Amino acid sequence: MATQAAIHGTAAKPAGRVDVAHIVKDAFFTTLISIGLFAPLVGFKTVTNISNELTLETRWPLMFGLVAAVVIGRLFFLLVLEPRKRAQSASARIRGAREIAIREGLAQWFTPFALGFVVVYPLLVLGINGTQGAVKWIDNFGIQILIYVMLGWGLNIVVGLAGLLDLGYVAFYAVGSYAYALLAKTFGFSFWILLPLSGMLAAFWGILLGFPVLRLRGDYLAIVTLAFGEIIRIVVTNWVSVTNGYAGISGIPRPTFFGIPFNASDQGFAAVFGLEFTPLHRTIFLYYVILLLAMVTAWVTVRLRRLPVGRAWEALREDEIACRSLGINTTNTKLTAFAMGAMFGGFAGSFFAARQGFISPESFTFMESAIILAIVVLGGMGSQIGVAIAAAVMIGGTEIMRDLDFLKEIFGNDFDPTQFRMLIFGFAMVLIMIWRPRGLIGTREPSAFLHRRKAISGAHVSEGHG
Amino acid sequence: MSNARGAPILQVEHLTMRFGGLVAVNDLSFTASSGEITALIGPNGAGKTTVFNCITGFYKPTEGRIALRHGGDGIWEELPALTDSSRRSIKRGDDALFLLERLPDFLVTQKARVARTFQNIRLFQGMTVLENLLIAQHNPLMLASGFTFLGLLGLPVYRSAEAEAIERARFWLEKIRLIDRADDPAGDLPYGDQRRLEIARAMCTSPVLLCLDEPAAGLNPRESAELNVLLNSIRQDFPVSILLIEHDMSVVMEISDHIVVLDYGTKISDGSPEEIRNDQRVIAAYLGVEDEDVEKVEAEVGL
Repeated sequence: MATQAAIHGTAAKPAGRVDVAHIVKDAFFTTLISIGLFAPLVGFKTVTNISNELTLETRWPLMFGLVAAVVIGRLFFLLVLEPRKRAQSASARIRGAREIAIREGLAQWFTPFALGFVVVYPLLVLGINGTQGAVKWIDNFGIQILIYVMLGWGLNIVVGLAGLLDLGYVAFYAVGSYAYALLAKTFGFSFWILLPLSGMLAAFWGILLGFPVLRLRGDYLAIVTLAFGEIIRIVVTNWVSVTNGYAGISGIPRPTFFGIPFNASDQGFAAVFGLEFTPLHRTIFLYYVILLLAMVTAWVTVRLRRLPVGRAWEALREDEIACRSLGINTTNTKLTAFAMGAMFGGFAGSFFAARQGFISPESFTFMESAIILAIVVLGGMGSQIGVAIAAAVMIGGTEIMRDLDFLKEIFGNDFDPTQFRMLIFGFAMVLIMIWRPRGLIGTREPSAFLHRRKAISGAHVSEGHG
Repeated sequence: MSNARGAPILQVEHLTMRFGGLVAVNDLSFTASSGEITALIGPNGAGKTTVFNCITGFYKPTEGRIALRHGGDGIWEELPALTDSSRRSIKRGDDALFLLERLPDFLVTQKARVARTFQNIRLFQGMTVLENLLIAQHNPLMLASGFTFLGLLGLPVYRSAEAEAIERARFWLEKIRLIDRADDPAGDLPYGDQRRLEIARAMCTSPVLLCLDEPAAGLNPRESAELNVLLNSIRQDFPVSILLIEHDMSVVMEISDHIVVLDYGTKISDGSPEEIRNDQRVIAAYLGVEDEDVEKVEAEVGL
């Protein structure tokens, strides 16, 4: 705390001069705090020896190494970064304008470029890696990321546009998945029939959840949605006669190419089109299906934002009481936001079930909700491009971490980078909070304009109160 | 159809609002007349905003009746029948009568067409000036977009409706002289402009009754004078009556046709600006009186 007080002390000092006494004091407190923290955490280690006794081992060199690193980092911050930051804060307004300019530039070339890239991506991967290596890149990266992009865009409607904090979004994903799995297995309906059906079912559940929680705002709403997510998961786990409980549902019918199955038989896709059979055909097909679904989500959201209902969502996020004073039925507006978000979650869920061929309650834990919410927050609430980038970074990052074998050479063979995934996510979130508190893209695009479309700086845009 | 100026448009009768043991408004009755500006004044904490919240549906009054008419004056005959029924409104041709205390807040604006502004400005700060005015036209636009479904397909019906809405917004932006700032976030506007924008936004809902909660609060004398001009022109050019809460006497005395004075939730005076200006009870409530006069004034006020 002393360090913090010291930091605030510097802020008041005139810029440009280095205050030696202050820095010495700060370094002293930094040393004390880091010794206090690292001594019990790193300085001592309990080891079980051969005779199974617990012994205490000291690691002073490592501890002092860490303390030294912290102090040096702190000095670097005080001597180099902070003076520079102080100099910059004067030009914060200019920076805001620059950010808006960057965003406008982004919108101009980034979106078409990204669209083109995702369309040719499977072919690109195929060309580079050949048939063997491509499955991993298309399936683990392409499809996985696109599912989360779609989920992020769906949740973005609820959280980013309408400003309703939903911690149980995975419930709708689960409803979509189980709707597809059960209906496809029981009645043998095709993927293309069940896709809209699962979306509608999820939307129905979204409205069902919406009704009781409409009166709640902020933290209370978040808790109830969290509970709803858990209820769905627990029902799915315990209703064994229908959902097969923990064991999950396997053998879910896979999507066909408009009736032509992807298998090695004579009626299969490869035989019909005169190709050599490879499981890659289905993977590529699935990739384009999820790409199409994600694009539909994006297109619908973009259109909705420019319609009265989308504007009402954003107005609701800004000020609910003002909305009511303008004759907007806030109940219906919230319900439509819940239903739309849930519907896209349901689409993604039914795609997920069709792609995996197997689902179990473990795929729908709170962790999933948290990841999707993290994507929306990291991306910048309300921003489509930001959410897509955040999904690519977070989900792609997880997948890449599986491949970081060279880290084993540094940290030893026991080191499994995927175990540190959450730690790294947490770290990334903290960094984003510091540098971009409004997410990657923190500006808002107006839905209508008279003279010129100007992006609105995040400083004005409200985050919603639930 | 007698829609003459001066016929009552809003009747508040025996309005009482209690919050637990606190009586915020006590047996208040007054009428607002068509095409006029009625001011509601009183010292701080007199219950003026509570009255507004009751009229606009944000509070459900503990007791009392708040009736609003659309169209001709003759519809008032229906008031006893409407009160006895469990209905919220009654329609007779183009005329209609609403019991505002029975309507939820958004229907007070949507159906009864009562618009309001807030004491602490409630604009959508992160949305542009134009968007603020478009949101006020939500209900007609929602209808034109076929409750989103037709709008999603991009049908021309919706596009022309939106163009019309933008035209109306443009009209108001020109009227409040904010046309050049149409694409700026509302939160970026200076305070006085935000006040005017909030009034324009309320007008975009096509109200028959416009309730303004301290529109001159925080304005400098020049801005107050501009506000007077704006309110007078609204009254002249639009079929709207205005109900006004205000502390700024230069605004109240100059533009109101009729003033109702509240103190401690009770009406202490009701009349033309000239009458109010000379009313001893009002002067006592606002300025206090000499010590020796306290008993006399208390007897007059009925304490």
